[in-house]
Amino acid sequence: MSARRLRPRAAAWAVVGLAAATAPAWLPSPYHLHILIMAGIFAVLAQSLNLLLGYTGQLSLGHAAFFGLGAYTSALLTLRLGWPFWAALPAAAVVAGLAGGAIGRLAFRLRGAYFVLVTISFAGVIALVAQNWMELTNGPLGLPGVPPPELGPWSFRSKAAYYYLVLAAVALAWGVTARLVRSRIGRALVALRENEPLAESIGVDATRYLVLAAVVSATMAGVAGSLYAHYTRFVSPEVFLFTYTVTMVVMVVAGGKGTLSGPLVGALLFTALPEALREAVSWQWQMLAYGVILVLLVFFLPRGIVPTLAARLARARVPAPVADGAPGALLSEAGPAERPGRR
Amino acid sequence: MTAPVLSVRDLAVHFGGVTALAGVSFDVAPGSVTALIGPNGAGKTTAFNAITGFLRPSRGTVLYRGAPLTGLRPPEIARRGVVRTFQRTSVFPALSVLDNVRTGLHLRGSAGLWAILAGAPRVRAEEARLDAEARAILAFVGLTHRAHEPASALPYGEQRLVELAVALAAGPALLLLDEPAAGMTGAEKAAVSALIQRIRAQGVTVLLVEHDMRLVMGISDTVIVLHHGAVIATGPPAEIQAHPEVIRAYLGAARAPAGLGRG
Repeated sequence: MSARRLRPRAAAWAVVGLAAATAPAWLPSPYHLHILIMAGIFAVLAQSLNLLLGYTGQLSLGHAAFFGLGAYTSALLTLRLGWPFWAALPAAAVVAGLAGGAIGRLAFRLRGAYFVLVTISFAGVIALVAQNWMELTNGPLGLPGVPPPELGPWSFRSKAAYYYLVLAAVALAWGVTARLVRSRIGRALVALRENEPLAESIGVDATRYLVLAAVVSATMAGVAGSLYAHYTRFVSPEVFLFTYTVTMVVMVVAGGKGTLSGPLVGALLFTALPEALREAVSWQWQMLAYGVILVLLVFFLPRGIVPTLAARLARARVPAPVADGAPGALLSEAGPAERPGRR
Repeated sequence: MTAPVLSVRDLAVHFGGVTALAGVSFDVAPGSVTALIGPNGAGKTTAFNAITGFLRPSRGTVLYRGAPLTGLRPPEIARRGVVRTFQRTSVFPALSVLDNVRTGLHLRGSAGLWAILAGAPRVRAEEARLDAEARAILAFVGLTHRAHEPASALPYGEQRLVELAVALAAGPALLLLDEPAAGMTGAEKAAVSALIQRIRAQGVTVLLVEHDMRLVMGISDTVIVLHHGAVIATGPPAEIQAHPEVIRAYLGAARAPAGLGRG
């Protein structure tokens, strides 16, 4: 890929990176920083769901279960056993990942609608356990006083410090997803989404790769859960609410499933939107306006924000090299904009 | 004759009360182009499905290089070097032509999850190797100029070439082609015929199902004729063209005999 084609993209990334890195300095209030932190946690969640929904084509409607499992694991390990956050976070990831593997193994024998049903039931069961196992989870009262992370002399009690922690997690989730989907594993996942019999005929073991995707996805959701627990410092069965799962799906679909930046855009938009609506209109109209905006988005950008914009940009850019003559060599570089870049 | 690369013994498939294959036996010699022909509904595609693990046969065995394939799942069969294409065009529609082939190279890569997540240098080296292989396969089937177009945007004939390229990418020793020339123009058929011969020249054994008799008779070493789920004739093309029972089978099914196949 030529340097000329890369430059605008690199510039855009530099601007986004700089804005993200300096956000605590220029955001007007801690409230705005709070929204950004929540958007970051949801970005990790959305990216995790995207790996399944966007790349393998399987819809998990129980993703809040992995999020909640991560939150409870991390909260319980720090509160009851006195583990430091830095040990509880990976433990939360592992527990969620194991659950993802178990559910995947069970559910991927049956695909599509059956998988959706199994994930919903799984989330329902986990929520019931959290509600009723009083000795362990404190039931509906929840677990207050989850400690904030500390690293030597530094504490992540301040919003600005926690923001950078979440930012690092978003970058990590992005990196993991990017590496994965651009590898032979990612190609196997997409192959299963695109044409499962053909994928199997060229040697892709469907169950194996779908379970692998479920494990990685659930692990990421567990990390998001842990980050949530130590940020709000309170975990209750509300983390299993179906609303969380629906919000994740909306973020992925509206942002652009099967793209790396779509879930990020979706997470930012749909965390900020309810807050903006709260300021702009009276409460009766909030959910209505939210619904209308969602319907309009799906209606006008059915593929999602990022793929639609990328296609527009590509269309605007493609005529230029054609006009230069020498079609063969130049045209072959002008692939569709959403293809992952090649080194 | 050397030991057959594929031996099908008494292969039977029943769907409920319907018999699709009634105990079929045939051999495929290594390095040959073998054609499986017969009127519609003769059981050709059913045989392909049973050989490649997409269908569990009711009875019988399939031996590949002496080892049974029966009971294995399609990915395991592909791993052993037996790769098939599908009767209805089957590509990864949203992917570019190059990415279709890259995906087909699945078995030629070995990078695991941890190496990929760590961005290990050998993963990068493997990607570079796979990329070069994908481009070589595209050049082999003559689709280099389409590399970056989505497979679904290609005309029908070229989509079938993409399918062939994907199958070749899986590194078959035995390639099963299900009507590779169906729906193609005369020129495209000639190109596919030449391509199959070049594939064979690379040491790949080819078993094909095809309705176009000119193509079949032009490239096959052995022709096997199926009728009502049973083998009624086996032999070199010239022998098959003169075989009275074959002519009767085709005429009985209201089809033209050799030389004027469907499509």
